[in-house]
Amino acid sequence: MNPDASTIAAGAPIEVDLSPVAEGQDIKVFWRGKPIYISHRTKKQIEEARAVNVASLPDPQSDEARVKPGHEQWLVVIGICTHLGCIPIAHEGNYDGFFCPCHGSQYDSSGRIRQGPAPANLPVPPYQFVSDTKIQIG
Amino acid sequence: MSGPSDYQPSNPALQWIERRLPIIGLVHSSFVVYPTPRNLNYWWTFGAILSFMLGMQILTGVVLAMHYTPHADLAFKSVELIVRDVNFGWLLRNMHACGASMFFFAVYVHMLRGLYYGSYKEPREVLWILGVIIYLLMMATGFMGYVLPWGQMSFWGATVITNLFSAIPYVGESIVTLLWGGYSVGNPTLNRFFSLHYLLPFLIAGVVVLHVWALHVAGQNNPDGVEPKTEKDTVPFTPHATIKDGFGVACFLLLYAWFIFYMPNYLGDADNYIPANPGVTPPHIVPEWYYLPFYAILRSIPNKLAGVIGMFSAIIILCFLPWLDAAKTRSSKYRPLAKQFFWIFVAVCILLGYLGAQPPEGIYVIAGRVLTFCYFAYFLIVLPLLSRIETPRPVPNSISEAILAKSSKAVASVAVALVAAGALFLGNMQDARASEGNDKPPGNKWSFAGPFGKYDRGALQRGLKVYKEVCSSCHGLSFIAFRNLAEAGGPGYSVAQAAAFASDYKIKDGPNDAGDMFERPGRPADYFPSPFPNEQAARAANGGAAPPDLSLITKARSYGRGFPWFIFDFFTQYQEQGPDYVAAVLQGFEEKVPEGVTIPEGSYYNKYFPGHAIKMPKPLSDGQVTYDDGSPTTVAQYSKDVTTFLMWAAEPHMEARKRLGFQVFVFLIIFAFLMYFTKKKVWADSH
Repeated sequence: MNPDASTIAAGAPIEVDLSPVAEGQDIKVFWRGKPIYISHRTKKQIEEARAVNVASLPDPQSDEARVKPGHEQWLVVIGICTHLGCIPIAHEGNYDGFFCPCHGSQYDSSGRIRQGPAPANLPVPPYQFVSDTKIQIG
Repeated sequence: MSGPSDYQPSNPALQWIERRLPIIGLVHSSFVVYPTPRNLNYWWTFGAILSFMLGMQILTGVVLAMHYTPHADLAFKSVELIVRDVNFGWLLRNMHACGASMFFFAVYVHMLRGLYYGSYKEPREVLWILGVIIYLLMMATGFMGYVLPWGQMSFWGATVITNLFSAIPYVGESIVTLLWGGYSVGNPTLNRFFSLHYLLPFLIAGVVVLHVWALHVAGQNNPDGVEPKTEKDTVPFTPHATIKDGFGVACFLLLYAWFIFYMPNYLGDADNYIPANPGVTPPHIVPEWYYLPFYAILRSIPNKLAGVIGMFSAIIILCFLPWLDAAKTRSSKYRPLAKQFFWIFVAVCILLGYLGAQPPEGIYVIAGRVLTFCYFAYFLIVLPLLSRIETPRPVPNSISEAILAKSSKAVASVAVALVAAGALFLGNMQDARASEGNDKPPGNKWSFAGPFGKYDRGALQRGLKVYKEVCSSCHGLSFIAFRNLAEAGGPGYSVAQAAAFASDYKIKDGPNDAGDMFERPGRPADYFPSPFPNEQAARAANGGAAPPDLSLITKARSYGRGFPWFIFDFFTQYQEQGPDYVAAVLQGFEEKVPEGVTIPEGSYYNKYFPGHAIKMPKPLSDGQVTYDDGSPTTVAQYSKDVTTFLMWAAEPHMEARKRLGFQVFVFLIIFAFLMYFTKKKVWADSH
């Protein structure tokens, strides 16, 4: 009952062009049927994400570990709440990040869980920068 | 089913069969001469009601499956086509959807009856555990059935429930992938859920056979909890129990028919009339009402894994009930303390159900935790403790002795409590929609409201004109074909008028012999063409907000009625939240934005729209559409007409539904009376 060959094939890596995404904006692309949020973070958002005491977080992880070096402005996360799989809304909540409307989980501008029932941070999908303005997800 | 039968049929052909397969003797010994306690009350008829409901669900389900398409792109539409085009498809679907709720309602009564009268105690432990297994199978079946229409609640319910398994350490994620057959809930998931939804009812039927077998070995429990000793304590199953069960089923059918014909969407969620969209989560995901208490337990535990364990243990704990409650006295009738705690437990379950439908915030979370504790405390603390400290009242020596000393005052109060509780419980769904502090749409007098409601033909025709001249430039009506305009219960056009109406439209057809697409005039069989080729185009042309298709809009929108209105709605048959909301939004545009509300660029202020910022500009203004019949050309009149038209578009067979409903009610009431008097006659000598 595991995924069949065509489903696996359709889940192959995809390339996303980042050049049209302005600072402070974010786009949502679908990969393997999952929404992937790609946020072009502002200076303020990056600073907020880095100013947090990592040890105090429910799921401790530094912002540096969640983005690619040299591309700190880009946050790429799977937009599926780690609680029960709803889709959080970007640019909402108290932490300049994501807010899940189902059970009220709040994520910060690094996609880390800060408040609510979700147990873990929004996962970062496997991706790499093909060029400065293009990433490959998968 | 209690051993070899000595039954001998008199007909030689039946004798021939009986010697080779003693099936007639089996039926005879199990359902004819089988001794049933004389003192059973009407709570015992729920076993028969449940068998009836199982048969009903399988029967309607098999026919529905003949018309349903289990594909992510087609499922939603195929369900709509069942309702609109299949002969009596609306009836089949309502019977099946409301039937699921009625099935659960009956099973809860049946379980609580077992709990109250101690039907799980020695020697009926296996019987009880088989019942819990049936209940678990029912929950799985009900959940997967709810996914099949592939609306928003189907999709997100499936996502939330399958994600429960991801809480299992190490293997959780792999289990979820296995359930999905992909990387998220999608077409493979729908396909396997359809397959399993078709399979599980037959497994249930199999376990029901075991359940009945175990019942007939151990014998039925009874309200006094003493085993039958002499022949005087029992009566033969047929005709006594048969006719009593028949009367019980007839009464139950009255409730069932009330939902089927008058309140088909009362227990459903308006969001499920919106096709599934993996990119948009509904603001408030709630399961069907029958899962709400367990959903409340899940949410009240702050840790994810613990929450999932808590939810499943809430059901599994029932299996251990025979050993948790060690009291020798079976029936709570003779246990003064257990009786009180039982009713507290019932109240806890109902309140948990209420909380399960509320948004998880503030006081609801705390109340949820307290009640979750109470739920488990009943099984783990109260019942074990009571069996040690409680002094039961003396139990009668035999059933016949109990009947002689019968007092019937309790029954009435119990019935009243249960009806009130049931109404509260059933109504939860209506309350589930979180209203965001917006104004409640004002009620309207609709010609289609109430048990004899009919569409106003004039309003339908005017509404069609408003839709065609105003709404159709942005909104589709994709489930309506031109032929529908000439159908009974609709706007009342003739077939020729509908054909002429259709020919005004240009319909894309093809490819032709040269391989090109071409345009031709519409035919009655064509559907209303949509203004945009796809959702993205609609979104791009309208500032990011796609205008929704209007075919189902009056059923896909609703607003919170709140406690206690949703209880009254059940009795008054108020079903017009959708039309009230649509009419209110059409008239709710205001130039002046009240203080404290900020409306983003490109949005408009609307008093009744959730959040008040709507992307649609004020669509109607006075005098915009000309009416031929002299009706006032005002926004209020336009709104009323177009809403009536859209209500018909969403529910084209409503008039047939209500008409048949009345006939069914007349029949059922007469039938129930006949059953009652027959039952009285049959039991005349036994009391």
